[in-house]
Amino acid sequence: MQENLLELIILIPFASVAVQYFLHRVLPARLAGLIACGAVLVPFLLTVVVGRGIGSAAPQVPAVTATIASWLTGGGLEVAFGLRLDPLSCAWTLVVTGIGFLIHVYSLGYMHHDPGFKRFFIYMNLFIGSMLALVLGDSLPLLFLGWEGVGLCSYLLIGFWFEDMDNARAGQKAFVVNRIGDLGFLLAMLMIFQTFGTLDIATVTSSLSAGHAQGLYPLGDGRITLIALLLFVGACGKSAQLPLFVWLPDAMAGPTPVSALIHAATMVTAGIYMVARFSVFFALAPVASAVVAIVGALTAFVSATIALRQRDIKKVLAYSTCSQLGYMFLGLGVGAYGAAVFHVVTHAFFKALLFLGAGSVIHALSHEQNAMKMGGLKPHLPRTHWTFFVGCFALAGIFPFAGFFSKDKILGEALLGHGWLFPLVGVLGLITALMTAFYTFRLYRLVFTGPERLDDHARAHLHESPATMTLPLVILALLSIVGGALSLPAFAHFDLLGDYLRPIFASALAVAGEHAHHAVNVEVALMLVSLAVVIGGAWWAWNRFAEGPGDQLPLPQSGLPFLLENKWFVDEIYAIFVIGPMRGTALLAGFFDRYVIDGIVNGLARLCDLCGAFVRLLQNGAVHTYALLFLAGAVYLVCSLL
Amino acid sequence: MGALDLNSFGILSLITFLPLLGALVVAFLPRENPKVLRAAALLFGLANLGLSLLIVNAAGTMVFVERLNWIPAFGVCYGMAVDGISMPLVILSCLVVPIIVATTFHVGSGLKEYLVLLLIMETGMVGVFCATDIILFYVFFELTLVPLYFLIGMFGGVNRIYAAFKFFLFTAFGSLPMLVAILFLLYQHHQTTGFWSASIADLRSLQLDAATQNWVFAGFALAFAIKVPLWPLHTWLPDAHVQAPTGGSIVLAAIMLKLGTYGFLRIAMPLAPQAAHTFATPVLVLAAISVIYGAYLAWAQDDLKKLVACSSVSHMGFVMVGLFALEPLAVRGAMLQMLNHGVSTGALFFLVGCAYERRHKRGLDDYGGLVKVSPALGIALVITSLSSIGLPGLNGFVGELLILLGAFKTQPVFAILCASGVLLGAIYMLQMVRRVCYGTPNCEEAARLSDMSVAEKFAFAPLVILMFWIGLAPGFLLERIGPAVDSILAALGNT
Repeated sequence: MQENLLELIILIPFASVAVQYFLHRVLPARLAGLIACGAVLVPFLLTVVVGRGIGSAAPQVPAVTATIASWLTGGGLEVAFGLRLDPLSCAWTLVVTGIGFLIHVYSLGYMHHDPGFKRFFIYMNLFIGSMLALVLGDSLPLLFLGWEGVGLCSYLLIGFWFEDMDNARAGQKAFVVNRIGDLGFLLAMLMIFQTFGTLDIATVTSSLSAGHAQGLYPLGDGRITLIALLLFVGACGKSAQLPLFVWLPDAMAGPTPVSALIHAATMVTAGIYMVARFSVFFALAPVASAVVAIVGALTAFVSATIALRQRDIKKVLAYSTCSQLGYMFLGLGVGAYGAAVFHVVTHAFFKALLFLGAGSVIHALSHEQNAMKMGGLKPHLPRTHWTFFVGCFALAGIFPFAGFFSKDKILGEALLGHGWLFPLVGVLGLITALMTAFYTFRLYRLVFTGPERLDDHARAHLHESPATMTLPLVILALLSIVGGALSLPAFAHFDLLGDYLRPIFASALAVAGEHAHHAVNVEVALMLVSLAVVIGGAWWAWNRFAEGPGDQLPLPQSGLPFLLENKWFVDEIYAIFVIGPMRGTALLAGFFDRYVIDGIVNGLARLCDLCGAFVRLLQNGAVHTYALLFLAGAVYLVCSLL
Repeated sequence: MGALDLNSFGILSLITFLPLLGALVVAFLPRENPKVLRAAALLFGLANLGLSLLIVNAAGTMVFVERLNWIPAFGVCYGMAVDGISMPLVILSCLVVPIIVATTFHVGSGLKEYLVLLLIMETGMVGVFCATDIILFYVFFELTLVPLYFLIGMFGGVNRIYAAFKFFLFTAFGSLPMLVAILFLLYQHHQTTGFWSASIADLRSLQLDAATQNWVFAGFALAFAIKVPLWPLHTWLPDAHVQAPTGGSIVLAAIMLKLGTYGFLRIAMPLAPQAAHTFATPVLVLAAISVIYGAYLAWAQDDLKKLVACSSVSHMGFVMVGLFALEPLAVRGAMLQMLNHGVSTGALFFLVGCAYERRHKRGLDDYGGLVKVSPALGIALVITSLSSIGLPGLNGFVGELLILLGAFKTQPVFAILCASGVLLGAIYMLQMVRRVCYGTPNCEEAARLSDMSVAEKFAFAPLVILMFWIGLAPGFLLERIGPAVDSILAALGNT
């Protein structure tokens, strides 16, 4: 029974895609949209039902499993379309389908006038299905199928308005950069198969723990470290970490609900999921974990600096997403697995909220996205305003909003960690928190308060969005307020999510050693420090941008603002040092093929031709030539005989 | 084999020679009525496809064996049989012919010759995969060459004579050493056992010393490497593809290139097992170069057909890496990837042909906004491109993954090199898709292209179905390919 329901969770979105695709001529748009929404809501409810029954199979990780069909067989390989719902995948599935449903409903309003309405919902459902395959798949190839499937949907949805070549280009960039990461994932998969002889994730992780217990894979084992690092390369691509983060800001070319669902709440957290799923590998590879922590902290920091000076409302949020994902990796890197997953959940709430709020603003302003041309929208968009305001508090991490608890858990574990690395990345995270609060309230001020700076086009249809759009905002705002209750600080002894996830990370924490519990006063002191930092940043921005952008309006020509406004010129560096040489190699190959290889081929042919021409001279049919040759031969013979 | 004893009536001979009969019939039909000509060719093609499905259960051992004396003095027989390796290739050969018939609506006065050549081609293709006698194999192998030469030379583009000539010379150049190797083997068999035989199975039991094996292998390898084509013997392929008519390109991509990889697996490796190990590294080097070089080459192209042709070089290099990893999973993957390449690249040429007939231009920048202008054509092109770059869920991924998983065990360096080819594939394919399918039409003509016709949709549908079927349920094929691959590998001295 549970097995069948589990199968339904993933089959329903795909079935819905098929129905919408094959009946797209006869289905009225409204009905198609409702089917699409239902195809996300039902899996959510089913996950709640099935997820309730998985909590009791200790000491193994509790899980419900199901096999839909066999896939790859023979030659020592056995991979099926097998599903596995355990606490980790259950948490993710609830986020994906729950937030996904709200965003589907929102899209009913947002995409209402779009000629591609039906196509949009087909892609969205396909995305949900692929994301569920990624999360629920019990084997590496199935995870990879979902991984690539969400990448495909991202590609299709970034380029949704493909008539504009820039959108199509952004989609292609996202796909290709992701593929660089996927190469890492693929190589990790090859190494895992070679090492463990199977691709079943549960078997791989449990045989790694067992092997470690028998002394087979000691702490810091080179092979395991390499696998962990390759996995992390894959995670970097999908979750937009340095240096592969360049695709995510461009991905904002897609419709805003897509940015909310795929490029903020769900798909980009796939890398976190993967690292969390293979946490044992990382626990056994301190070097890899350190790399994860450093890359995460640097991404958090660098993206936040860029967000400080962006003008496009969606670009600010996009860089903020990179930055927040960096926090999550920072958490994974310092071994705070539960806290990282907690931040995934709260981030999904408030970042989806902020993106949808931004979408509501953009919708109201007839597709104006430049925050410099907004301002004073508070009275025009009341519901959008207060929900967005809530989102800002959550993102900045101000007590008691959701972001405060999750971010603080990560920073706390980092700052109080042993050695010099953990506190270092913790401090980096703290500085990032300051910048986060600053750019968040800068954005809020630029958009909603101060003098109105709208142009006529934007003012023409200024209106609050319909209920299909504002209702999801309200729900997400409520979640952003109370979401922190899922996992309160350790001294409160109430950690719903942490307790739920404990069996998942038990073996990783057993390897790395359980984190020491800190004294209550230390934790509280730390919280107060981070709260002070965040409120300081928020207050600073609040005052600085009270009257609009001020001196930030003209484009900077030099110095740090110039670098920040131009995103540290990362894209340009890529163009010169990566794309240029590769493109050059391609042209060189074309040249080499045409002139060298074919030159030799044609040269040989011409040589044969010339030989033929030469011999033809001898066979010219003129008797006197033959006679002359005959004479020459005779003379030669006579001479040689003498 | 069910109630009907298929062995008794020579099903393989029927599948092989029915098209030849079809060619004869078409040749005697009046050329004034293209509909009748096409209908007849289609009828024979479909009938043969139906018949070919009867062999679908061939797996680990040779079945439907036929054996007749042909040149008894030299032990040459007419021997036919199929196993799990040849079965899918036979069926694929039978599938592409009716599909190609649907692309002939633009062929003008020469339609009759076109169809006759196509049907003769089918006889050669099916025969070569069924032959169990090496002389018969050679005859069919060469038989495929002639109709394709004429298809390119008569129906090709502006530069068709150069291309046809280059194609013919390259292949003929490779065939001669192969013939020498074959004759040498026959002679050797007579020397060691005292009687003549040209049966591949008999020749496999020869115990040749290492040096001799190397020579034999080299003789075959040249012929097959040209067909694959392996770098640096590939330059005939882009020219042949660009100049060939759509049907010729499809046959070339879907079947002809597989003669090379099939030859390696069926003939060269089993007949010179030790040499297969000796030559593995150099072949892998060339194959890896093909993968990466072909991908870069494809990236440099501005011509749709040339781009697809260069991508073939890359993909076939992938197949070669799978074969010469000499590992059960990798060889399974290679076998599957042969089919995948046939389906996907055949489909790409089909679609490029459709576009070309409408636009009469092949440049990547001669289109734009195709998904908007001709939705069916555009979407088909997007799906096929995704299948070609190995998107999981579609066919290409399964083959690539098996090759990589297997090859990584025995030849990790080459597996890693190949994997990087996967990345390059995404680059050149997606930029092709972007330039052709997205954006806005680049000119008036590009904005007025008609969409796929019903006939074209019907012809294309099987290919899309195959992409999904192999991608999602490859078990059916793997169960049949697997045992056959294992038995060949067992003879090579590793399991």
